[in-house]
Amino acid sequence: MTTLLQPAPDTGVLPRVRWTITDAWTLTARETSHWLRQPFEVAVGLLFPIMFFLMFGYLIGGDMPVPGGGDYREALIPGTLAMTMMFGVEATMTAMAEDAKKGVTDRFRSMPMSASAVVLGRASADLIQSAVGLVALVLCGLLTGWSWHGGPAAMALALVLLLWLRFAMLWIGVYLGLVIRSTQATASVQILIFPLAFLSNVFASPGSMPGWLGTLAEWNPVSASAAAARELFGNPGWGGDSWAATHPVLLAALWPLLITAVFLPLSVRRYRRLSR
Amino acid sequence: MESTVIPTTPAIRAEGLTKRYGPKTALDGFDLTVPAGTVHGLLGPNGAGKTTAVRILATLLRFDGGGAEVAGADLGRDAPGVRRRIGLVGQYAAVDEILSARQNLFLFGRLYHLSRASARRRAAELLERFTLTEAADKPVGQFSGGMRRRLDMACSLILAPKVLFLDEPTTGLDPRGRGEVWDSIRDLVAGGTSVLLTTQYLDEADQLADRISVLDEGRVVAEGTPAELKAKLGGDRLDVTVHDAADLDRTAGIMAEVAGGEPHRHDDGRTVSVAVADRVGALTEVVRRLDTAGIAAEDLALRRPTLDEVFLHLTS
Repeated sequence: MTTLLQPAPDTGVLPRVRWTITDAWTLTARETSHWLRQPFEVAVGLLFPIMFFLMFGYLIGGDMPVPGGGDYREALIPGTLAMTMMFGVEATMTAMAEDAKKGVTDRFRSMPMSASAVVLGRASADLIQSAVGLVALVLCGLLTGWSWHGGPAAMALALVLLLWLRFAMLWIGVYLGLVIRSTQATASVQILIFPLAFLSNVFASPGSMPGWLGTLAEWNPVSASAAAARELFGNPGWGGDSWAATHPVLLAALWPLLITAVFLPLSVRRYRRLSR
Repeated sequence: MESTVIPTTPAIRAEGLTKRYGPKTALDGFDLTVPAGTVHGLLGPNGAGKTTAVRILATLLRFDGGGAEVAGADLGRDAPGVRRRIGLVGQYAAVDEILSARQNLFLFGRLYHLSRASARRRAAELLERFTLTEAADKPVGQFSGGMRRRLDMACSLILAPKVLFLDEPTTGLDPRGRGEVWDSIRDLVAGGTSVLLTTQYLDEADQLADRISVLDEGRVVAEGTPAELKAKLGGDRLDVTVHDAADLDRTAGIMAEVAGGEPHRHDDGRTVSVAVADRVGALTEVVRRLDTAGIAAEDLALRRPTLDEVFLHLTS
């Protein structure tokens, strides 16, 4: 019988913080190992928003008029970037639900590892993945003639705001993943995400939508991030008079804050409820 | 081996554990003592509280009353201490299907706060011990059910815990897979690990457990060695199916006389069973008497008590 392996118990705040970071890093590395072992899935994930862009840019949006005579495809790239961040909900939700379903979450909870590391690891892995997705889409845009006119600082701010949206979506994903334990139900949620992507200014002008739909589309958090990115990149947008349309950068900073403020505590409470 | 008996802390000691979900009581004063180095089985129908008891002891659920110690650590006050001393094998193999077996063991080793080198070394040891070395670098998704279970067990043993919780570990496995899991459990116990096992299979508890607790509606209704529990039931049972339903009463009478126990009539109206101590002797005697009485028997069977009969008996 091998001797009992007893790593030092974590007493004290500093070792616990250190272990939280290490555990989170281990879990992030777990995700990267997933990507390395499933390159096809990774490629499909990256191509998905690119496909949207190509479809709407070349197949559907040929005649789409943009106020000020701008190029539709130029408006499309920032929009697709924001949409990709929103789709991130699915990735987070599915990963959480998978682990819960298979009892991996139970195993984690029965181990002397840091509880917050589970979510921190998920967060950092998902943000890294989203950042890569952003870069891929930007490259695709550059290849098809898109460019940004705002300078490096503007680009940096736009990317930060977009990843900030992804961070907020993360918490919705964690919460839903904990609530919806079955992976069949997660598939249903994925289908519902699509209308939300279209109820925005990503592909069409909210002004062209009937009354209250247009208002919803204009105030949609995805629209805020899309419009903010368009403004920062100097790409054409849909214009508009509402506060949402004239203060996109501010709104793009506020929406994720609000979403996080609601869903982060909800997620923590939900996670604690697992011990009920 | 030691030649003197040194009193050791029990692997698990639970006293009056209670768990309520609103008006419903899932566990009602659950008591358990598992001596170190033994296997204890928890049997019970669905909803009896077996899984609730295991999840509480494995620190996954809070409890409302009572207390417990697992491997000497207090469950209420030192949950991290308990976690360092236990392994958990749940109903589903809790392993990462995309990663390889080796990567899984390394991942959990790191999450157990082993150094990278220790985690790697421990992974190699466990792969060897559970004969997974050959398939070590293939994705777990490609493993058979039995292999996945073995990996699952290996992951729970990374810190060589004193106590292992197994919650229905062979559900869904084919006979070969079950045999593999049973062998692994026997090896573990031989090495000094204590095991708390929940199962729906009477034969599994029979084969593996030193002692069994039978739960019903959150309470322990019987406890003892497998032999003791079966003796409470009278061991094997003899089933007689008569050709003509009119003969059933006389048949039941004959069987009661021969076996000395209360005969139980089945719902089909033509079958009666009774507990028998001397299997072959009772069968022969019953056959002889039925023949003398001119009763035509359509079917005769000697069988082990089913789980239903154990519960019927213990919970009536």
